[in-house]
Amino acid sequence: MSEPAVATAGVWKYFGDYPALRDVSFALDRGECLALLGRNGAGKTTLLRILAGLSGASKGDVKIYDGVVRASATRARIGWLGHAIGLYDELSARENLQAFGALYDVSKATIGEWLERVNLAHVADSPVREYSRGMRQRLAVARAFLHGPDLLLFDEPFTSLDDKAIALLQSLLTGVRAKGVTIILSTHQIREAMELASRVALIDRGKLAHFGPRTEEMLGDPGYIYRTFGTAA
Amino acid sequence: MRTLRHAAAIAWKDLRSELRTKESLNSSLSFSIVVLLLLAMAFDTGSEIVTDYGGGILWLAFAFSSTLIVNRSFAREMPNDCIDVLVASPASGASLFLGKAVAAFALQSGIQLICLPIFGVFYNVTWWRNPWQLFGVLLLGGWAMACIGTVFSALTVNLRLRELMLPMLMYPMLVPALLASMTLTNYLLMPGAMPPDFAQWLRLLIGFDIIFTTLALALVETILVR
Repeated sequence: MSEPAVATAGVWKYFGDYPALRDVSFALDRGECLALLGRNGAGKTTLLRILAGLSGASKGDVKIYDGVVRASATRARIGWLGHAIGLYDELSARENLQAFGALYDVSKATIGEWLERVNLAHVADSPVREYSRGMRQRLAVARAFLHGPDLLLFDEPFTSLDDKAIALLQSLLTGVRAKGVTIILSTHQIREAMELASRVALIDRGKLAHFGPRTEEMLGDPGYIYRTFGTAA
Repeated sequence: MRTLRHAAAIAWKDLRSELRTKESLNSSLSFSIVVLLLLAMAFDTGSEIVTDYGGGILWLAFAFSSTLIVNRSFAREMPNDCIDVLVASPASGASLFLGKAVAAFALQSGIQLICLPIFGVFYNVTWWRNPWQLFGVLLLGGWAMACIGTVFSALTVNLRLRELMLPMLMYPMLVPALLASMTLTNYLLMPGAMPPDFAQWLRLLIGFDIIFTTLALALVETILVR
């Protein structure tokens, strides 16, 4: 059997004396989509940042496709989309994708394809600062998908997207998942996340309060998971 | 090879961003010209004192203006959290540092090339006596400032008083390189043969560049991933 796409074992993260993550352990198989839920400040972003190699765990072990996170080869397999869009306002959409694409050896043709897919080809040479929030978010999504990652780590990806853009992102995520890409997304928009997720994790005050398959109850009732597994009000 | 390719991509992106906004370029150039102008008022231009201290005056202007350039080096990555995307990419910390240092070095060099003739006019100094050696010293001293400045730019980027902290941390570290650059420039501005300690100062400057570049390449990953 192949190794899990993501495996964490006893991960702790301290900010000073405060434990932002407490003994988080889980394993996620390839091609799964994990919806990472939790109240504000629960530790979702901290966990995602550790998985992306942006922050080190204070204790514990993290493996991505059986490799250490900070290895260059591992990072080349990760697509990251954080709270902010991660784009340069003074550069155009094309220049932004070229700048990041150069770090992943992405061809110009692929950049052109992604600009078409997120409906930004007609404004590809305008500076990003002239874009609306939705357009910027769509470009950020293209940037995260650009190099064909095996693992997508998305922090609040549906924020600022209109219904059309949410549908586009959902179809992109469904499409790559069908090809075996693993997805972890943290969100407060439970309904959208549940439509995509195969597994659900709830983080409550830094602890993994629940990790398991998405059930029909979760799909039908967005508040179910907090009521059933959460302790925080 | 991969590190150099990533560094080139980062340097190219930084230069493109800077040339589009000209944020640090305009402020740095005007600041160095103002420093040269104000100091010109304090000295009797064309006198022996200016020939003796010309290197010091020139490198003071370069050092002040350099902080404005390196300060933007990592600060440029903070809006929209672009730094996260770079750190999460396969580019190593070393290539990130190298790319940023090269971009800062290129911008500094441009400013030095503009300031040199202005210095000659303001101070009535014949700066082209040993042009190639002088350019060599400018390159070595410029790289020292870009290298140290980029490291401290990464360290101070999250601080609220980074504009203040950066020069306070950077200048003490730069003392040997600045001393060597000032002395060598003075020697190159003076007429006549080079003094016997010219080679010693040159070795100090080259050694400084090698040691601090190596240290920066080794340590920058730790600075970036916290």
